Parts: sequence; C-alpha cells; structure tokens
Amino acid sequence: MSRIGTIARRSFMIGSAAILGGVAFGYYMYRKPVANPLLDDLAEGQAVLTEYVRIDAQGITLITPRTDLGQGAYSVQAALIAEELDVRLDQIKVDPGPPSPAYYNTALADEAAPFMPTDEGFVAESARGVMDALMKFLGLQITGGSTTVPDSFEKLRIAGAVARETLKLAASERTGVPVAKLTTSDAAVVLPDGKTLAYTDLAEDAAGLDPVADVQLRAPSEWRLIGKPMLRLDVVAKSTGTQTYGIDLDLPDMVHATVKMNPHQLGSLDGFDASQAETMRGVKRIIPISGGVAVVADNTWRAFQAAEAISFDWAKTDYPDEMDGHWQALSDAFSPDAKDAMPRDDGDVDAALAGADVLSAEYRAPYVAHAPLEPLTAVVKVSATRVDVWTATQIPRFVQSNVARLTGQDDQDVHVHVLMAGGSFGHRLEDEVVKQATEIAIEMPGIPVKLTYSREEDMIHDFPRQIAMSRMRGAVRDGRVESYDIGIAMPSVVASQMGRQGISPPGPDAMIAAGAWEQPYRIPNYRMTAYRARVLAPISSWRSVGASSNGFFHDGFLDELIHAAGADPLEERLRLIWHDPSRKVLKAVAEMSNWGAPLPKGKGRGVAFCLSFGVPCAEVVEVTDTGAGISIDKVFVAAEVGRVIDPVNFDNLVKGGVVWGLGHAMNCEITYVGGQAEQTNYHAHEGMRMYQCPEITVRGLENADKIRGIGEPPVPPAAPALANAIFAATGQRLREMPFNKFVDFL
Amino acid sequence: MKLTVNGQDHEVDVEDDMPLLWVLRDELKISGVKYGCGIAQCGACTVHIDGQAVRSCQITASDVGSAPITTIEGLGTPEAQHAVQEAWIQHQVAQCGYCQSGQIMQAASFLEINDDPTDDDIDRVMSGNLCRCGTYPRIREAIKTAARTLREV
Repeated sequence: MSRIGTIARRSFMIGSAAILGGVAFGYYMYRKPVANPLLDDLAEGQAVLTEYVRIDAQGITLITPRTDLGQGAYSVQAALIAEELDVRLDQIKVDPGPPSPAYYNTALADEAAPFMPTDEGFVAESARGVMDALMKFLGLQITGGSTTVPDSFEKLRIAGAVARETLKLAASERTGVPVAKLTTSDAAVVLPDGKTLAYTDLAEDAAGLDPVADVQLRAPSEWRLIGKPMLRLDVVAKSTGTQTYGIDLDLPDMVHATVKMNPHQLGSLDGFDASQAETMRGVKRIIPISGGVAVVADNTWRAFQAAEAISFDWAKTDYPDEMDGHWQALSDAFSPDAKDAMPRDDGDVDAALAGADVLSAEYRAPYVAHAPLEPLTAVVKVSATRVDVWTATQIPRFVQSNVARLTGQDDQDVHVHVLMAGGSFGHRLEDEVVKQATEIAIEMPGIPVKLTYSREEDMIHDFPRQIAMSRMRGAVRDGRVESYDIGIAMPSVVASQMGRQGISPPGPDAMIAAGAWEQPYRIPNYRMTAYRARVLAPISSWRSVGASSNGFFHDGFLDELIHAAGADPLEERLRLIWHDPSRKVLKAVAEMSNWGAPLPKGKGRGVAFCLSFGVPCAEVVEVTDTGAGISIDKVFVAAEVGRVIDPVNFDNLVKGGVVWGLGHAMNCEITYVGGQAEQTNYHAHEGMRMYQCPEITVRGLENADKIRGIGEPPVPPAAPALANAIFAATGQRLREMPFNKFVDFL
Repeated sequence: MKLTVNGQDHEVDVEDDMPLLWVLRDELKISGVKYGCGIAQCGACTVHIDGQAVRSCQITASDVGSAPITTIEGLGTPEAQHAVQEAWIQHQVAQCGYCQSGQIMQAASFLEINDDPTDDDIDRVMSGNLCRCGTYPRIREAIKTAARTLREV
C-alpha cells in the first residue's frame, strides 16, 4: 500500500479546482527549477491542475489521457480511478482530456518530456537513458504502458481516492455526520441510515474544500475491479458500427483530400502534371505540398481517382535503390568503427572460442510495415486565431508544436483532439499525415480538410520496422552451452524517429541491443555487441521495436547451440536462467504444453524466451509438417506482468501479440526496388489469416513486484518459437524472416 | 440513382463506377462500413446485399440496383443487438475494432446459411476478413456462441 504523503513529495501535489457547477480532482504540477518547455506558460511557482476526475451536475467524467489504439487503454485507466472512487463503469463517461495547454502540462506531458532536448535528464543519460525514454514514449501506446505503468497504477488510484474522501468531507459538512461514519458506493456517499448523497449533488460543495490529501490506497483484497474480468467501455460501440474513428469524423463544410507523396521515402517533388486531374468530377483543388501533391475533392474516392491521374517527376533519395545495398550496409557495419555499444561482456569469449569447435551463423530480419487497418487520417481546420486538429495520434504534444510551426500560430492556439485509432502498432508515433493535412488546410482557411491516405499510400510510406542482421558464434561443452557471442547491426530507429521531430538523441541507441543484451542467462562466456549501420530508409518503432528482430536472433541461435550440445531446449534454457520470475514463465509453458511428451511423426515443438519491456515471456509453438505446408497448431504463452488488471483484455492482447509475431515472421517484408517499396497492399503484406491461426493458451503470472504492460512482450518470442518448432519438425533451420521464403505454410 | 439502405430509400447522384463503399461513407454518411484496402483483401467494407455478404469496395452503386443493402447499423443497434453482435460483446472480441463491422457482417450472413458450423467452416468463410490486432481466437468463439443462440430461436 502506498501512503499518499510519500508519493506526493516525489513529484506532485494533490489538488482540486472549481469548475462550472462542479469540481475537478487531480495533481498540481509546478514549474520546476530546470526549464521545462512544457510549462512555459507558467510563472515560477505557479501550478496547473492535471485533471483525472471531473464531477458536475451532468455527471462524472474520468480523464484517461493515454491514447487508446485498440488495447482497451481507456477502460483500464478508468478502472484504476473507479476502483478507489467507488463508481461503476456504467456510471461514468471517459474523456481523453481537454486539448488545452493546461492539459498538456500534466503528468502525461511530463512522461513525454524526456524527449525534449532541454530535459537535462535526457541529455545526461546515455544508452539506458535513451532506452528508458523510448520505453516511456512507447508506454503511451500499450495497456498501462511498459515502464510508466507503475506510475499510472498508483496515480490514477490516488486521484480516485482523493476525490472520494473529499466528497465524503463535503457530505459530512452538509449533514453533520462524521466522515468516519460515511461510506461510498455506486457514485454516492452513503449515510449511516442508508440514505445516499450523489457525487454529482456534492460536487459544488467539494469544490469549496481543501482536498483531502491524507488517503490510503485500498489493499488488493478489497479491490472490486482490478484483477477481475471487466467489460471494455468501447466493446458495444465497436460491435455495432457506432465507434467513431479518425477516418469517420464528419464536420460541416468539410472537404476530402488525399495525397500522393514521393515513393522514394521523404524525397522531394521535382514536378507534376495535374491537367487531367483538374477536370475530374468533384475535384476542388490540386495543391503541391512538401514532397508531393494533394488533391482536394468533395468525396474521398474522387480524390483517390484524381490523384491517380496526376503524373509526377520525383527526386531520388540517398538510401540504396535495391535491397542488396541495404543488406550490404548492415554487413559493412560489423566493424569496430560502427560499434555502438557492448552492453554485455561476461567471461572471456575470445579465449573460450579460440580453442573450441565454433558454431556460427548469420540471421536477418527485414523491413516490415505497421499497416493498421485504418489508414492514416487527419482533419485540420486553420482559422485566423486558432487551429483544430482531429486525429488518432500517439504524440499529441509533437503534433501541436509541429502544426503551430507550420501555421505560425502559438502552441496554445493549436487544439489537438485525439480520436480513437483503428490500430497503430507504432504507426501513429509519426505525424507526417498531420503535417500534410495542415499544409493543405493553410491553403483553404476556415474549411475543415480531411486527409485520408489510400491503403497504397499508407503502405508505401509506412516507415517500417528496422532492417537488421545478426552474426553469432558459440560453443558447447559437456552437453552445455558454454560461450555465446552475438553481434547485431541495424540503423538507429530512435535516431530516425526522433530526427523527424528535430531531436538528435545522444549516445548509443539501446534499441540495437534490446532483446539480446539483457536476457537473464548465466552463460560463462557471453558477449553482445551492438553495431550502428548507416542511415538507410526511414524506420520507426514497430510493436516491440528492437526486440522484434533481436528476440528472434538471440533465441534462434541459442536454440542452435542447445541442439549442438544435445540438450533439451527447455531444460537447458531453464538451467541457464538465473532470474526466478523468468524461470517461472518457462516452467509454466513447459507444464501448459506438456513439454517432453512424445509427438507423432511430422510434428514439432519449439520453445523461445525473451525478456522485453521488463516482462519475461516464454512461448511454446507446436507445428505439423503436413506435406502440403507447415501448419501452426498450438501456442502456449506465459508472461510475468506483476499484476493482471483485466484478465479478459490481457488474454486478448497476448493472443493478438502472438498472432502479430507469427504472422509477420511467416510472410511479411517491405522490400525496396528502385528506391520504392514493392509492397503496396495486403495481398503482398498479409500477416496471419484466420485459417492459419493456432489455438493459443495464455497464462499471466503475478510474481514480480512491478506491474508491467503486455502490448509488446508477447511479440519477440513468437518468431523464434516458430522457427525452433519448424526445426524440430523438419530439421530445417530458419535464420531469416519472412520464413515463407524458405518453407511453405499451409 | 436510387438505393435502399437499412430499409430507407436514398437518391444519390454519383458516377457509375463509384464503389458502393464510398457512396455509403461519403455520400450517405453511413460510417460503420470501413475502408481498409479497396481491393477485396481485408473485408472491412463487408455489407449485405439481399442478405449476402459482399465487399462494398468491389461493387458499384449502379450494380446494386434495387436490391436491399444492409450495413452494420442496420443489422442491430446498441439497444437492439443482433445475435452475432451480442456474442461479439459477450466474448469482448474487439481490440481496435476497425475490422469488426466487416467480421460481424460476414459472420451474420454465413450463419443464416449454416447455423451449426464446424471450425473448418468458420475458418474457410472468415479467412477473407483480415484482423491486424489478431482477434481470430475470439471471433471463432463468438461465432459458435452466436450459432447456438440462432439455433435456439
């Protein structure tokens, strides 16, 4: 249990504020001695309230400032507040937060602040700092967020508890009944005689009181919501076609736009001929923008059609035209000059390998697109005194400042309205679409412009997952893995992504090593070297980021070593792992999968383990070599997350992570030919379909102290578990994704 | 040209080759039907025409003629859900939810023909509907629950 006093001293003060006809509860953020660009509007010592609970005569609103990309983040955030506030989830509304500057001066903005170049903590820290910062950044996209979960888990419950106790105090002052004799239930204070006073009725009284800061959070044994199955707040809307996504927004007088951008990623436009497009029905404007041309029409399809009728003269960019050049750049990076870091160097790898029978291999992971099913969209309206942006984004703060810069308006006059996203997987950490919509809207002041990417435009301009290569050597002795030397080369995803926001992250990029250097194995001679390849095509964070390639590399070759040692793949991993929660997830999948039980001929079982985002996750995959292709029959997953907030949503997210990891390992890659992505739609970048989807069994373990997010950790072990299972069934070792280049799937 | 959508008659003035998807979304402002790929690879735009599941990105309004069109909004509402929607809610299928209108329309049309499907039947009929979030295991379960409900009616 956390007493509020100790937490409050750390970073914030509890507060409340009167609002029209009611009260808002939350934290006060003060301007800090170190200049914080997010708090520029504040004088020294001045404070703004970060709202989490707003109560007025109309009802109770819980503020859930993290974007919901489909993982139920709004519901989980609301549940944490509701747990202490004593409201039912059907008694509240959820609001992602007002898009005012005050809103951005909040704990949410504070969590994103490490990306600001002026933040000394960010600049001062090297590899680990960058990783922590990126993980916090990513924390916005996943349920509860990876490293930010402990914060939310505490803060949102505290906000609920403070609101509850202050409402009780208001009830006590009104009725004369001592607070100790009051209880709360279903959004009301309950008097000893059973009479109730609704929170909405007490809100104005509460606004006049000093908030009660001395509260104690409830013990887990008292929880009504946390840990029990919940009905997601968005599930009815999403099952009845009534959920409004970014692409669905419809405003009066709105026009429909699309763009054709240079397929040489981020290249410029040398010229174009739109004479035919201009004459097409419904076309209102043809507007050249940075790196492409926009078509504005009265209907999205008409805009798409007209865009196809334009001919372009595109400038080339400086990454290699063909994939050979990309792979060569990675190969070239395995040199002392390109060494980014050596975060692990146990024992004496060189000495151990010098006299040994050395096993070596090269592994590869391709560019892969995010391709959420809802293509990128943004609606922007530019007026003389304000700009409104409606979009499903993970980076509202960057969106705000970029739009302000483009329009010449102040940040505080740019109002970002965050909408529900039809998937993201990291895609909405980029804001090119908003910048393009803004350029169009500047040309059409006063008119809301909706920019919708065609699927082709979205996929061609996806800034994909990093391309990566790994070279490993290792040796075994007496049936045991004795030495493991792994080098990984990739361009820096953090530098690519942050570079587009004008930020040059200092120091090594921990994502080059993520998923490979921090694995809890005790191998006597164990080295991990990260190499930074030259800048290639733009890349971006893709569900599980560095670990999405490195988990495959590290575990795939470990499996090779274990087989070379003649050991059991699961037993040897267990013997090598020193970290108890990690051992427990391996033991869990062993039991779930009945590991060791004989399988019929043609079937194979593979195990893989990866610790990523602080979550140890093990998976066992069972496949059959049918003769007509590999069928993936079953997957067993166990992950250690400290605490499962909603078991239903947890199960759904883990299964989705497995499907994501397996599907892309099977059949997805983005390849550049002539500098342009070859894959333009789902026929060429398919992922998993239902007939290929295995039966997946999930177990969440709760042994660790810290609560963690689960959006990403199930992804890294999926590909190696599949490769290891295919090896077990067929004897064929897969060292490059996608696997369908080498084996057929059913 | 005249269209009948969810029991209502509409007059639209569009090109002969405009896909039904965009007539519904941009002309009639019926947004439950989703654009995902435009080339019949994802199924997000699935609607019923005469009760049959059809990819609305692949049929033009002029091809539909007077046949009745049903979108997810016409299948059921939050207040009066179709059995398939009830099952989707019970199993909490949706993550991002963007593909689910199409998944539900595909499943509802399929269960009209076969209310006791095997796992293979479900996989065969539903594999044209892509879900990037990976909710396939829950879609399978929800279809079985909906089938049981429909058999009992």
